[in-house]
Amino acid sequence: MHRHVLTVLAVVALVVAACSSDTASDPTTTTTEAASQFPVTIEADNGPVTIDTKPQRIVSMSATSTEVLFAIGAGNAVVAVDSQSDYPPEAPTTDLSAFQPNVEAIATYDPDLVFISYDPGDLVAGLEAIGITVIVHGTAFSLDAAFSQWEQTGAATGHLAESVALVAHTMSRLDAAAALMAGATADLSYYYELDDTYYTATSGSFIGQVLAPTGLVNIADEAPDPDGFGFPQLSNEYIVDADPDLILLADTKCCGQDAATVAARPGWDSMSAIAGGVVELDDDVASRWGPRIADLLEDIVAAVLALEPVDA
Amino acid sequence: MNAGRPTATKVHWWWIGGALALMVVVAMWAAVSGAVSIPPMDVLRTVWSKVPLIGGDSPVDATTEAIVWQIRLPRIVLGLLVGSMLSVAGAAYQGVFRNPLADPYLLGAGAGAGLGATIAIVYLPNIGWWVFDPLPLAAFVGAVAGVGLAYVLGYTVRSGRTSVTLILAGVAVAAFLTALQTFIQQRESETLREVYGWILGSLNTAGWSEVTLVGPYVVVCAGAIFVYRRLLNVLAVGDTEAATLGVHPQRLRLMIVLFATLGTAAVVAVSGLIGFVGIIIPHTVRLLTTSSYRAIVPLSFILGGAFLVFADVIARTAQAPAEIPIGVVTALIGAPFFAVVLRRSKGIVT
Repeated sequence: MHRHVLTVLAVVALVVAACSSDTASDPTTTTTEAASQFPVTIEADNGPVTIDTKPQRIVSMSATSTEVLFAIGAGNAVVAVDSQSDYPPEAPTTDLSAFQPNVEAIATYDPDLVFISYDPGDLVAGLEAIGITVIVHGTAFSLDAAFSQWEQTGAATGHLAESVALVAHTMSRLDAAAALMAGATADLSYYYELDDTYYTATSGSFIGQVLAPTGLVNIADEAPDPDGFGFPQLSNEYIVDADPDLILLADTKCCGQDAATVAARPGWDSMSAIAGGVVELDDDVASRWGPRIADLLEDIVAAVLALEPVDA
Repeated sequence: MNAGRPTATKVHWWWIGGALALMVVVAMWAAVSGAVSIPPMDVLRTVWSKVPLIGGDSPVDATTEAIVWQIRLPRIVLGLLVGSMLSVAGAAYQGVFRNPLADPYLLGAGAGAGLGATIAIVYLPNIGWWVFDPLPLAAFVGAVAGVGLAYVLGYTVRSGRTSVTLILAGVAVAAFLTALQTFIQQRESETLREVYGWILGSLNTAGWSEVTLVGPYVVVCAGAIFVYRRLLNVLAVGDTEAATLGVHPQRLRLMIVLFATLGTAAVVAVSGLIGFVGIIIPHTVRLLTTSSYRAIVPLSFILGGAFLVFADVIARTAQAPAEIPIGVVTALIGAPFFAVVLRRSKGIVT
């Protein structure tokens, strides 16, 4: 977490520097002075982005950004979110497509700040050309990167203190969940399923890093990963032979998988995880890098503990 | 444009025998290859234990038995069925259209199957009340509908019902259906990998249920094309000449296209759009043996199956335990192989 702490310091320092007229030396505790934190400059994936005044009309084209914005109390300023942003329920979901974004459709909402996770072409240039500030927060490849995005979101929207608190709270929840595993049997293995053709995530992926502190062993780490994406497709027979203690299903929504469909697959009835080791996860939570990753890890740890009681 | 003016060559028994031997060797090699290393004797014992009446209890552990009997063998059998059907369908299309570039997807079967599968992946809810997986059905219906559309379009053209009009209609239908498919696919980023994965093809999730689902179609459709193999030679000389020989070219073409399409639709429904097999196998047979469909049809059947099983072994072992999409492998090893055959052949027999 060292890099992460540095990121926090960098963001705080940036904000302090940005509001030199502000005599309050600790902006992280003064949410009422949020307005005076501007202008602020953050280092997003599209380079340095300067926000001059507190955004009043935010459009989020990223399901993760939407969750973060609402979790840090910036939801009031959010006027529209894309079609995939289905959480929290009060998010103003529209039919804006994050995958095929349209500058004019976004401009209709008259935003002063737009969050996107993916620029398919010249979306950033198009929005900036009509005077709209854009923050690109691409897929996070590490927890530190995700935390850094959350804090940048806080700084950019005048909710820095809440975002720093959210990061601290999430870190403590993740640590607490992992600590519960300390007494569990060592060397439990898991297979993390992304879809029903056996695409999986290795330990190097974001979700793999979230699971790392639990000490669970990922069976996919044997697979060569030349692209470095960490998402290989495993051979059916390899999974059956590896016989993982846990089958974590992140394809319950996309592909309708559950404990019953897994047990019915050819050859899978011989696997030990079929008897209670199948954990059904929420695809959406699992594919985002928002605050609900703590929920995800808590669910997985609870399933492990149910499978292997600490005192057994 | 003439893909097979037949020569009066007889079908030598050693062509068939050699092809069969090659297929058996490839299948046996596939049975002992995989991400998990299993001693050949254990593979043999597992298979032996499944022989009715004489086989007894399997002496190997449950995991080995599950891998050999429930995963590897159905995958090999399905590979044989898919490769055989695609090759025979490719040969049939090349024959009826007298076009060396014809493949099983020529008239929109591939584009239609892709559209059907994409609609199923993107729009159909993934919930428990489906009594069967709707994806193969959607792909099958899409493939048949695509070719049906091309046929209707091609045969309502006033200027003439030639095979060229039909091909052009197929090109138009395929372009249109592919555009629809791309449109739907691009609307939903979350299902993108699923759609692409299906289009590239895979046998990774195959079980005996897929084999029993597809097997009857392959037997009937490839069998029917086998029965028509001499008439394919007649069609190859041209519609007018065929008519003077007492054949109704359009009716015959419709029948052969119907069987080739049904068979193709059935296999792509479970395997995805595996490309290249339907083109290179019939041409390899032509270059190595004869341009008579009496040999091309049965040899394409046998060698097409062997080739796909070979490609699948590469797909599941080259990066084990990770898989490579089989459609990538068929093109990667198929294209250079075909280039070698092409260079070594004395003359092109098209």
